[in-house]
Amino acid sequence: MFRLEKRPAPSRAWTAATPVLAVLLTMLAGGALFAFLGTDPVAAIRTIFWDPIFGEFAFYYRGQLLVKAAPLILIAIGLSLGFRAGIWNIGAEGQYIIGAISGAALGLAFYPTENRLIFPAMVIAGAFGGWAWAMIPAILRTRFNTNEILVSLMLVYVAEAILASVSSGLLRNPDGMGFPGSRNFSDYPAAHNDFLIESAGVHWGVIAALIAVVFGHVLLNRHLLGFHIRLTGQAPRAARFAGVNPSLLVVVCLGISGALAGLAGLFEVSGPAGQISIDFNSNYGFTAIIVAFLGRLNPIGVMLAGLLMALTYVGGDAAASTLGLPAAAIQLLQGMLLFFLLAVDVLSNYRIRPGKREAA
Amino acid sequence: MDLSSINPLVLLASIMVASTPIMLAAIGELVVEKAGVLNLGVEGMMITGAVCGFVVAVETGSPTLGFAGAALGGAVLALLFALLTQFLLANQTATGLALTLFGLGLSSLIGQNYVGIKAPPIATIRLPVLSDIPVIGPIAFRHDLMVYVSIALVGAVWAVLKYTRFGLILRAVGENHDAAHALGYKVVPIRVAAIVFGGACAGLGGAYISLIRVPQWTQGMTAGAGWIALAIVVFASWRAWRVLLGAYLFGGVTVLQLNLQAAGVNIPVVYLSMLPYLVTILVLVIMSANRSRTALGAPGALGRTFHASQ
Repeated sequence: MFRLEKRPAPSRAWTAATPVLAVLLTMLAGGALFAFLGTDPVAAIRTIFWDPIFGEFAFYYRGQLLVKAAPLILIAIGLSLGFRAGIWNIGAEGQYIIGAISGAALGLAFYPTENRLIFPAMVIAGAFGGWAWAMIPAILRTRFNTNEILVSLMLVYVAEAILASVSSGLLRNPDGMGFPGSRNFSDYPAAHNDFLIESAGVHWGVIAALIAVVFGHVLLNRHLLGFHIRLTGQAPRAARFAGVNPSLLVVVCLGISGALAGLAGLFEVSGPAGQISIDFNSNYGFTAIIVAFLGRLNPIGVMLAGLLMALTYVGGDAAASTLGLPAAAIQLLQGMLLFFLLAVDVLSNYRIRPGKREAA
Repeated sequence: MDLSSINPLVLLASIMVASTPIMLAAIGELVVEKAGVLNLGVEGMMITGAVCGFVVAVETGSPTLGFAGAALGGAVLALLFALLTQFLLANQTATGLALTLFGLGLSSLIGQNYVGIKAPPIATIRLPVLSDIPVIGPIAFRHDLMVYVSIALVGAVWAVLKYTRFGLILRAVGENHDAAHALGYKVVPIRVAAIVFGGACAGLGGAYISLIRVPQWTQGMTAGAGWIALAIVVFASWRAWRVLLGAYLFGGVTVLQLNLQAAGVNIPVVYLSMLPYLVTILVLVIMSANRSRTALGAPGALGRTFHASQ
């Protein structure tokens, strides 16, 4: 049998290696799953992980990659700040929806005015909407010590109810002949988040995601606040003695992640999704949790993880259309990835020694 | 608006039905948390139980086997959580979230060919004599077996935790795992047993939704019931009989909003359908605002990883 021996400090080599190991394990387990479903595992894995970048139709898929990665990275950067400090915002999906609704509502209110300031104003409104939605769990946590995990999650369901209501009511397209869904932003140039570089799939959300990565990196490595976040995560008591204000940290971490999720929602609704509709959200808020962990809660890592996760989306779509792989199988693959990641994490925190297990 | 269309007897009876799934999931999670483990994957285990139970019941035609399959499905998923948190010492919060995301994917994959099928009907048990009592009979004694099973389970958990040696050991492990370990109790096996029990209960709760309450399979049909069950454990301040109260409260809110929607009350549907979630938040705030009370209830080692290294 084996015995686990705690390392004095997490191993740097393993910390970097475990995400790669987890991805490889996921590919193996995913291949087994696909074989069980009656799809050729090698072809499926190649369609998902290889073809979108290097395959015959890669020119199409490469653009899709950034479109999917941008919201994931934006949200995951915010989440990783909180997760580092032990502040669990798992309601990013709700903040994403509310951000999209507030930004879109502002834009639609000005329809059909053409003015260069409309889109920037929508961006601010989107960030504000997400921030405000995240402030609910933040204030309840700091004022009443309420568990932010449960509150932020409950607010996702509330946000979904609001989305269902506005897409068939308040924001419904008046020219849409009674169909649910708002006006399409592609018909409204002043509010449209159009592609800046069409072939590469670059829109303003991609630029914002890049800025967020840089911002997150600088914050965590060069700023006192980032130091406080890291300290609180590693030693909460020591952080308290060092003068870190835990309430302030909750408000800041939830606020940043809410605002970034709101931004992601706005860029998505005004660009790729095109309109507020009952199902415009694609569960990015939940998948971003996987991205944050896969990126080791490190901004650069999150960027790479976001690209990889986008690959599973794009490749999954491709596999669904060419190989008939069920969409749920991709969702399962993403879930598996997080499991394997958490499982192999033991290697970075513990040494595995042969020998008898201690009496435990 | 026509409130007279709401029959109070039917309303109260349907509250008992609506609260059963969350009661089952919450009493399981209570045992898990009493052993010092925070499993946030209740939603994932519930939805897996819902689909496993539904598939087994449809394939065999037997709802009883369906419930057995659901309990098994939930337990297997819980075992995965136990493997990660107890043997590979992974963070419990993150693993619980992973369990939920994984369970949602797994269930929609298993259930993709079962959408739109009706579940085999389940017999209502009319307890002789008792079910003929006016008023009380129709409310409390004309339900399917699972309603009584869930209430009996709450009673059993309460009795075991309070009066038996095993209950005492389980609570000791949850309060202070180092002390329990020093006394020679097997912390990890006890926790694994509790986690598996919690998974089986969540699975049963999920199957109750897909086999009796709805009774159909749709993707993501638990719609946050697992998270509400987690909230009920906090509401109950980790006491078994209070889980009963909490489940009835939330079941009541759910049924009431559905009835108000059906009666065409002048409140937009959007507010009614978010009511259960808002009530959950409100209850959590009220419970947690009183710091001394929650601090008394919560097991001391809740959510902390145990490793016998020191």
